[in-house]
Amino acid sequence: MQRVVFPNKILPYLLVAPQIALTIVFFFWPASQALYQSVIREDPFGLKSGFVGFANFSAVLSEPNYLNSLKVTVIFSVLTALLAMAVALLLATAADRVVRGQAFYRTLLIWPYAVAPAVAGMLWLFMFNPAMGTFAYMLRRSGFHWDPLLNGNHAMILIVVAAAWKQISYNFLFFVAGLQAIPKSLIEAAAIDGARGTRRFWTIVFPLLAPTTFFLLVVNTVYAFFDTFGIIHSVTGGGPARATETLVYKVYNDGFVNLNLGSSAAQSVILMAIVIGLTAFQFRFVEKRVHYG
Amino acid sequence: MATINLTDVHKTYQGDIAAIRGVSLAIADGEFIVLVGPSGCGKSTLLRMIAGLESITSGEVSIGDRVVNGLEPSERDIAMVFQNYALYPHMTVRQNLSYGLKNRNTPKDEIERRIAKAAKSLEIEPFLDRKPRQLSGGQRQRVAMGRAIVREPAAFLFDEPLSNLDAKLRVQMRVEIRRLQRALATTSVYVTHDQLEAMTLADRLVVLNGGRIEQVGTPIELYEKPATAFVATFIGSPSMNLLDIGSHDSAWTVPGGLVGKPGLATIGIRPEDITLADGSAGGDRFRARVRVGAVELVGAESYVHGTLTNGEPLVFRVAGRSRTAIDEELEVAAEPESLHWFDAAGRRL
Repeated sequence: MQRVVFPNKILPYLLVAPQIALTIVFFFWPASQALYQSVIREDPFGLKSGFVGFANFSAVLSEPNYLNSLKVTVIFSVLTALLAMAVALLLATAADRVVRGQAFYRTLLIWPYAVAPAVAGMLWLFMFNPAMGTFAYMLRRSGFHWDPLLNGNHAMILIVVAAAWKQISYNFLFFVAGLQAIPKSLIEAAAIDGARGTRRFWTIVFPLLAPTTFFLLVVNTVYAFFDTFGIIHSVTGGGPARATETLVYKVYNDGFVNLNLGSSAAQSVILMAIVIGLTAFQFRFVEKRVHYG
Repeated sequence: MATINLTDVHKTYQGDIAAIRGVSLAIADGEFIVLVGPSGCGKSTLLRMIAGLESITSGEVSIGDRVVNGLEPSERDIAMVFQNYALYPHMTVRQNLSYGLKNRNTPKDEIERRIAKAAKSLEIEPFLDRKPRQLSGGQRQRVAMGRAIVREPAAFLFDEPLSNLDAKLRVQMRVEIRRLQRALATTSVYVTHDQLEAMTLADRLVVLNGGRIEQVGTPIELYEKPATAFVATFIGSPSMNLLDIGSHDSAWTVPGGLVGKPGLATIGIRPEDITLADGSAGGDRFRARVRVGAVELVGAESYVHGTLTNGEPLVFRVAGRSRTAIDEELEVAAEPESLHWFDAAGRRL
């Protein structure tokens, strides 16, 4: 790294100030509030609050609903990340082969990323709502008893598909760039070495895409944990019977709907710890298998 | 072990851009052929068409007794060494070498045997378990060669394999490639833009220009009897002086005038065939007066860049260190048998 020395002593601080301010206002301040709240118990009328130590945490961790929510989150995140990445990779390899109109296809495939989560959720809800959804109607007509309002698995499938759909564009962009970064001569060498089709993909292309795949794994996991709130809220509202209540959704539900601020704060602290731990784990163990060029 | 035959091969890219305009060439078994030419002459395209990495617009390519036009690169029984080596970065050297063999379901002990043999002859045994990025340029080059050798293919194809190496290593690897090719006696096609590399490696040279073959022959044939003015200037360094008959204005004289050479447009003289005239020589030689513009000392010899009295440039060699000074006027001469004669289309007379 080259050391850059600014002649002006104040200018560098001014340049990073906006980012610092944003981080403080939208991360450090709320995070510290959550930490503070998590050891406080508010009385029902908000008149007084008292220090309770780790009581909120032990209450949360012994609650069956919380453990259920943890399970839901794991299932939801793994499925969403896998589906979003697999479909994106498939589309990217297909787009890599398109000779004419490549830019056109790519532009079209990027559009879903511009759709807000709540809007994306509504879109899928309209298509698959048992009462009015076109696809729900078609599913029932073909003999499949589709009912995401009562069947937890169906609800889960619906939000996984909706959440993955929105993230595919983003993943697609990175996979296309990753594929283009693979030197053409390597693919040609593999062709001469007698590796074709799927074998070439899994032994040459996929390992060379590893840096991209790893980066997307981290990003998609974080996305599935945090950025899918809008979709869940608009499609299932965490139901039926908490079947799609992820940790983030439960934080919102307990804090803002049920007004149990202490429990909600404790949950968000645990959530923060989980995501930090998960990302650290990915960098510590998964990255070891990644080859950077 | 195989012959390679090209019959009237054409390559036209989208939008009617012709890269190869009818190339026919017969390569004998075990021969080392070098395709040489300026950039854009189609030499790499031609090689890639033999390899199967470019489609063949028309014409026929056969390796051994099989026409390979429609075959995949892997079915052509060739191995290729790329300019940037194209080693698989995520595999160890050993895996790089064995990859092509595994894809062909070669038995394990056979793979082991071949890798051991290739690694020994290329002296890459200590690196077998390293990744390509842990190797130097020269070592990577050897691994790339090894990957070709272990396949024991019918033909080796080299696409400017030495152009990423520094000058010293390039000379060393050049000798090595020649030695290996002799030892294995595998038909080889080698692409380069470096005429010195071409001269030293080739059994036969193929000079390409604008998608067509200018001349095919042994290096010495091409040097002594270039078929065209293009080949004459391309082979040899510094390149041959070409002097225009029309504008010579008695700036130089040739023995017996220009009679007996109908259609003569240009005469060519190699810098190494020109000597300083000592004044005593008779009038049966090429003679000219040169004003010295620059002197290049390259070690054992010097090249003098000068201008004739009609303004045309002339380069000639002086053994050892030249004592000529800038702007000095010199008398130079050349033996008549060292002159090359070309017509207006650049063909040898």
